[in-house]
Amino acid sequence: MTQPLLSIRDLHLRMSSFDGRAHVLNGINLTVNRGEIWGLVGESGCGKSLTGLSVSRLQPTPPAHYTAGEILLEGHDLLKLSQAEMQRLRGKRIGMIFQDPTTNLNPAFRIGDQLVDVALAAAERDPDVIGCSPNAGRRERRQAARKLAGEMLARVGIPNALARLNDYPHQFSGGMRQRVLIAMALIGRPDLLIADEPTTALDVSVQAQILELIKNSVKDFDMGVVLITHNLGVVAQTCSHVAVMYAGNIVESGPVAAVIGNPVHPYTRALMSAIPTRETRRGELRGLAGSVPNLITPPPGCRFAPRCQFAQPACTAAMPTPVSVGDSHAAACIRVNEMEALVDD
Amino acid sequence: MTTTEPNTADDFATPRRDRLRRAFFRFSQSKLSMLGAAIVAVVIFFTVFGTVLAPYPEHVGGGVDTASRFIPPSAAHPFGTNELGQDVLSLVMAGTTVSVLAGFGVVLIGSVIGTLVGAVAGFARGWVDEVLMRLTDLTLTIPGLILAMAIAAALGSGFGNMVIAIALSWWPGYARLVRGEVLAAREEVYVTAARALGATPKRILFRHILPNVVSPIIVKMSLDMGFAILTVAGLGFIGIGVRPPTPEWGTLLSVSRSYMPDYWWTAMAPGMAMFLAVFGFNLLGDGLRDILDPKARR
Amino acid sequence: MTEIMLEIDNVSKIYPGRRGIFGSSPEVHALKNVSLSVRKGESFGLVGESGSGKTTLTRSILHLETPTSGSIRVQGQDLGKLSDAELRRLRSRVQIVFQDPYASLNPRMSVYDIITEPLVIHHETLGLTNRQRSDRAAELLSLVGMGPQHLHRYPHEFSGGQRQRICIARALASGPELLLLDEPTSALDVSVQAQVLNLLCELQDRLGLTYFFISHDLAVVRYLCDRVALINRGELVEQGDCADIFDAPESEYARMLIGAMPEVKVPASAGRGG
Repeated sequence: MTQPLLSIRDLHLRMSSFDGRAHVLNGINLTVNRGEIWGLVGESGCGKSLTGLSVSRLQPTPPAHYTAGEILLEGHDLLKLSQAEMQRLRGKRIGMIFQDPTTNLNPAFRIGDQLVDVALAAAERDPDVIGCSPNAGRRERRQAARKLAGEMLARVGIPNALARLNDYPHQFSGGMRQRVLIAMALIGRPDLLIADEPTTALDVSVQAQILELIKNSVKDFDMGVVLITHNLGVVAQTCSHVAVMYAGNIVESGPVAAVIGNPVHPYTRALMSAIPTRETRRGELRGLAGSVPNLITPPPGCRFAPRCQFAQPACTAAMPTPVSVGDSHAAACIRVNEMEALVDD
Repeated sequence: MTTTEPNTADDFATPRRDRLRRAFFRFSQSKLSMLGAAIVAVVIFFTVFGTVLAPYPEHVGGGVDTASRFIPPSAAHPFGTNELGQDVLSLVMAGTTVSVLAGFGVVLIGSVIGTLVGAVAGFARGWVDEVLMRLTDLTLTIPGLILAMAIAAALGSGFGNMVIAIALSWWPGYARLVRGEVLAAREEVYVTAARALGATPKRILFRHILPNVVSPIIVKMSLDMGFAILTVAGLGFIGIGVRPPTPEWGTLLSVSRSYMPDYWWTAMAPGMAMFLAVFGFNLLGDGLRDILDPKARR
Repeated sequence: MTEIMLEIDNVSKIYPGRRGIFGSSPEVHALKNVSLSVRKGESFGLVGESGSGKTTLTRSILHLETPTSGSIRVQGQDLGKLSDAELRRLRSRVQIVFQDPYASLNPRMSVYDIITEPLVIHHETLGLTNRQRSDRAAELLSLVGMGPQHLHRYPHEFSGGQRQRICIARALASGPELLLLDEPTSALDVSVQAQVLNLLCELQDRLGLTYFFISHDLAVVRYLCDRVALINRGELVEQGDCADIFDAPESEYARMLIGAMPEVKVPASAGRGG
């Protein structure tokens, strides 16, 4: 295989605040290829959104400070780009969808105009986007962009798309607005889509449709997707791969079937047993005691050790490194090979 | 989720003090806020001790020294002397008391009246709101200084009357602010929770709504202090405020107006004092808004 | 025949439309002839998506909203026919836990003040001295798995899960029999959700509470509830025993909702790449 689409290598991010410096990302390694949907899951405060924001370079520095590592988009380190260069990449190479569809559309403009602006901006880099030569007149280019906007809206499943280009954001329901945002993220034909909790604010029935839409777009556009969510169910439904994060580290990663079918890291296991399923009997749901550690003075060694039921003295000695447990399935736990025996007990 | 998970309670030993320290940290991040706080501290210091510390206390009481009229700034008189031979520095220092106390009185009375009117209007809604807010609008249509002049003319001049006169034109701003805040606060979930518990309206207003609208009121009070001092000085300037010989910045400036530009120092000291006080209170207000106003936060 | 705790009888709520220069809005039928009854000691789940009318129904049960027609009875007492004093007394028996633990606690009140507030409000009915209130506050905190060291702290110092525990303690303070749970875990992380759900189960067993559990999360409802009703656009679509509805949904809507549930199932085909 050639160069991966996105490769995050040993990314370290520090945040300064009144309380001190928090090491919020602590050596993140993640590789996303075209056609893959990577789910990034974990509890709030584990650094999953920060990872997404780092890739799109939307995390303001300061207070954040990248102390080590690189984020390679087809070999180019995004951390070395200026904000202006980054601005050109966003929208064109990197598309983004956020949790709240209401605040991410400008209420004062028709959605058609907002889509056209994004398309024209993307076309400056790659005229193919609107299928119109760069020498064409302004008017012609605008028309082409508008046509594309209509097609995109139809594609994300908005009925009567051409007519709705003239509508304002408030005329759309929450689910429809999220579709518009997806259309906006996809209109520049990005190579990489970062979706940060795209369905958390939506109803389950709408959520299923939006996830399906993201899945189909991956096939249509040959993109790579990083889907940030706290919901393992969403991951199981949508993703091809998953990375489970805890307190600034990826603790387990691999293909969804492997990780969810056979979770080996105690944290992944704990997360999964906290979700009520058909078989869970009343009062038998297993929560996870304690809370996410303070990242200013993180616990020594494995950050999950204080909450881990399998922790032993060796766990606090050093931060565990990922151990391969199968085809591209890895977990950062020193007892990973004993896990099966431990669970059986 | 932009930062780390908020620390849980177990991490703190003394929550209240920690909250203060945190607020002070945020406040001290802005150099301008700190400058404002420093100026205000100096102004308050002179409000309390200005009369006592004045180098020529006899001048403060109205004593004149015709032999030394219009001495330019010198070692003995850093800001020179005025047409009566009084030390300008002493007068300005002593004048702080009247100006700042009057300004504070105006803001205090104005905010109390305004808060009451606004809270009742926002909480009761319906016709009570309608009547109170139209009354507020009516007061707003009359220029403040002119209303104050009219009231001062009717009540007669003097410190107390001046304060009351300005305060009566000052409250509508607070009424509008508080009404808006109360309208927003009454929709908070914790207010609904209190209603579900069966809390009386009085309890909801005083326990749940008002404590949560105090911050914007305090911010507005500190921002308003500067303008109130200016207004007090303005009334003094046009001669219906505090009468000489009681030193007051506006009156001092008004008198020295006749001797400009030859004896410029008579105007400079009160003018600078006013400028600094207004500037300081405004910076302080901005800084307080940054730490107190939840909308500006995070 | 078990005792009926809450009976909702043919309740409708219509919000009148508006007519103005800047366009008019038609009247909104938030609830259409909703009838259901909740038995004493059971957990009754109400499932609906946003805009389905579940919030209106909850507010009506709390008498924060008056239904346009129909009646709501709590242990036989019709809410619409109670005097203010009787209503106040009833409020000590019906309590609610809201969805957002960050918004439902007054940031200016200490945990002690928050938990004892119901005791102060209902002091006529409960008749507790200051001393007894303090004891009760500590007891309530320990009931929800927190300690007396938390009494004099403020809400912002707590995590979401802890805040929700405080909300539950406040709801339990006046010794209610019926607890409305308005999506109490949807703002929480799964691990914390599990803790709160377990706490709710435990409290129900210990105190014999009746739960009216509002949620859009079917998995949680299936876990906690005995019976469930589905509401869509103000109308009840289906109601019955939890197991029946999940195993054999009758209505199209129920099938759609259950089908859309994001369950942690291992996908049949493993993802490619890697």
